[in-house]
Amino acid sequence: MVRSRMLPCVNLWLLVVLVFVPGASFGAEKSIKVGVYGGYFKDSFDKHIFPDFTKETGIQVESVAEPTGEAWLVQLEQAAKAGVAPADVNMIAQTPMLRGQKTNLWMALDLNKIPHHKNLLPVFIHKYPDGRVDGIGAVSWYITLVSNTRVFPQAPQSWAEMWAADKKDKLGLLALASNSFLLEVTATTFFGGTKLLDTREGIQKALDKLAALKPNVKLWYRDEAQFEQALKAGEIPMGQYYHDVATLAAKEHPVRSTFPKEGGILDSGIWAVTRACKKVEEAHVFINYMSRPDIQKKLALKVGTAPTVKRELTGLTDAEFAAVSSEIPPIVPRYDIYTGERSDWINQKWTEMITR
Amino acid sequence: MIAERPRGALARLPLLYPAVVLIVFFVIPFGIMLAVSFFRREPGGFYLAEFSLTNYANLFTALFGRVLAFSLFISAFCALLCVGLGFPFTYLLTRMPRPRQVVWLVLLVSVLSLSAVIVAFAWSIMLSQTAGVSNLLVRLKLLAEPRSWSPGFWALVCGMAYLAFPYTVLVLYPPLARLDPHLPEAARTLGASPLRTFFTVVVGSLRRAIIATLVMVFAFNLGTYLLPQILGRPQHWTLSVLITDEAIYRSNLPLAAAMAVFFMVVSLALVGLAMLGGRGRPGEEA
Repeated sequence: MVRSRMLPCVNLWLLVVLVFVPGASFGAEKSIKVGVYGGYFKDSFDKHIFPDFTKETGIQVESVAEPTGEAWLVQLEQAAKAGVAPADVNMIAQTPMLRGQKTNLWMALDLNKIPHHKNLLPVFIHKYPDGRVDGIGAVSWYITLVSNTRVFPQAPQSWAEMWAADKKDKLGLLALASNSFLLEVTATTFFGGTKLLDTREGIQKALDKLAALKPNVKLWYRDEAQFEQALKAGEIPMGQYYHDVATLAAKEHPVRSTFPKEGGILDSGIWAVTRACKKVEEAHVFINYMSRPDIQKKLALKVGTAPTVKRELTGLTDAEFAAVSSEIPPIVPRYDIYTGERSDWINQKWTEMITR
Repeated sequence: MIAERPRGALARLPLLYPAVVLIVFFVIPFGIMLAVSFFRREPGGFYLAEFSLTNYANLFTALFGRVLAFSLFISAFCALLCVGLGFPFTYLLTRMPRPRQVVWLVLLVSVLSLSAVIVAFAWSIMLSQTAGVSNLLVRLKLLAEPRSWSPGFWALVCGMAYLAFPYTVLVLYPPLARLDPHLPEAARTLGASPLRTFFTVVVGSLRRAIIATLVMVFAFNLGTYLLPQILGRPQHWTLSVLITDEAIYRSNLPLAAAMAVFFMVVSLALVGLAMLGGRGRPGEEA
């Protein structure tokens, strides 16, 4: 869920600038501001996607680097209260999508203006509980088990290998329950599936199993860059990481990304528009463009994300598809538990578990 | 020269500027934070502007107490370390010829231009097993094999002390530069050893400046948030890290605000105690 190399504090300043200098770029031609996760995603979109979109539609794109999903959500929420939209279309992670629904933050989208929605896998049409569409799948990606090939010549087979005694002080894992999805991984690997997380007792079981993993963890990271550098160097030779960036890194560094037999974690971002957005037409044009099979294919080839549209429409070869995705059924995060009644309890237990 | 009291509104105008700055940049943001800390958290959503004390009640957990205690401890520890190293350093600095003092001060100030991100990453690489200083020690036959020293408690101490050291020196410099050189000279003439002179005369006459510096560096360290994430393990995460997690990653602004307010009250109380303890005996000069 968290795809950012930028630090939240930097972005608070960005918000100040955005709120107090509205419309910093006025132009005669049509334009749109698109919020994309800062770092790898923004760079890739700026290079491969936005120029062609402008060429085809005449709509200028100004990309805004977003911080982590929830951080950006807090800013969007505050800005919407002031009637401002820091970006017209935003890439939003699943948990903040649900959270934003509670305050009616998202504008309902008109599917008639997004004819390409028919190409999408059904999970990528995100809806309010009452059925209004509030978001369209933007990109999806996998979090997999990554390892340094020099330190571990054999590729790991299972998430369970993280618990092995020879991994002592060798792992880098994401620091929060709601971005690491390690509860889901543990439930799937040892307890037969994420249904375990339906109850407090089940969650506690997963937490206890995870507590046994702690001696093996050297770094609990919040920011991708913290781990990536250490993984490449072999300083922290194993851990969970994003399949797309790891595959890119593998071209020049002794790094590999493996889909464990229990499946990779499938996470995704959604295009959403806040109620404060004033460029509704352009936003629909943009979302429709991004849902085209050929654009999703381009994303898979150039950015390394898994397509949000049905596979057969993309025309990706088996090898191309395997590079960004896997036939092994994925571990789908239980986003509901991070926004439901138990969310604060889970967070508290999680922090207690890892800081002890 | 006798200063005249300002007369009329115009003469008082310059006073308005600091007042406005203080209100805009401190009183209003703090007021908002204080208000939010009493708002009601809506699980899975944001918050509702309803009065509630639950955020403060939720603070009374073992986790919060442990993290609060660690934050205060490491801030105080690094403040002691910085002043312990910085005081003799600054004393020797003020005894140097002027041009050399300037070179040192410029070097120190340039450290302040580095962002905490760069400092944290630099230390984590320097203390790493694959590229760190331990490799150098192995070459020098001081270590059998390269070791990894980051993340860990001492890595965090290194990073925090590195960032706070220039501040320490800059705060200590004026009182030390003003210290009458005849005082230590007199002590030496009377037969005191250089060390004894330093501890009884120099340290003794600047006791209040030292305590004021300790307090300032302590307060500066309390805000550290990035270094513990990169150089520390989860048990070394400070309260600032937890506050950020609540505010930024869990959208729980009321709890984050309550934590921040409580943290500030405890810190202010400690600073007040230190200031009280540092007060000189009656008739003693600063």
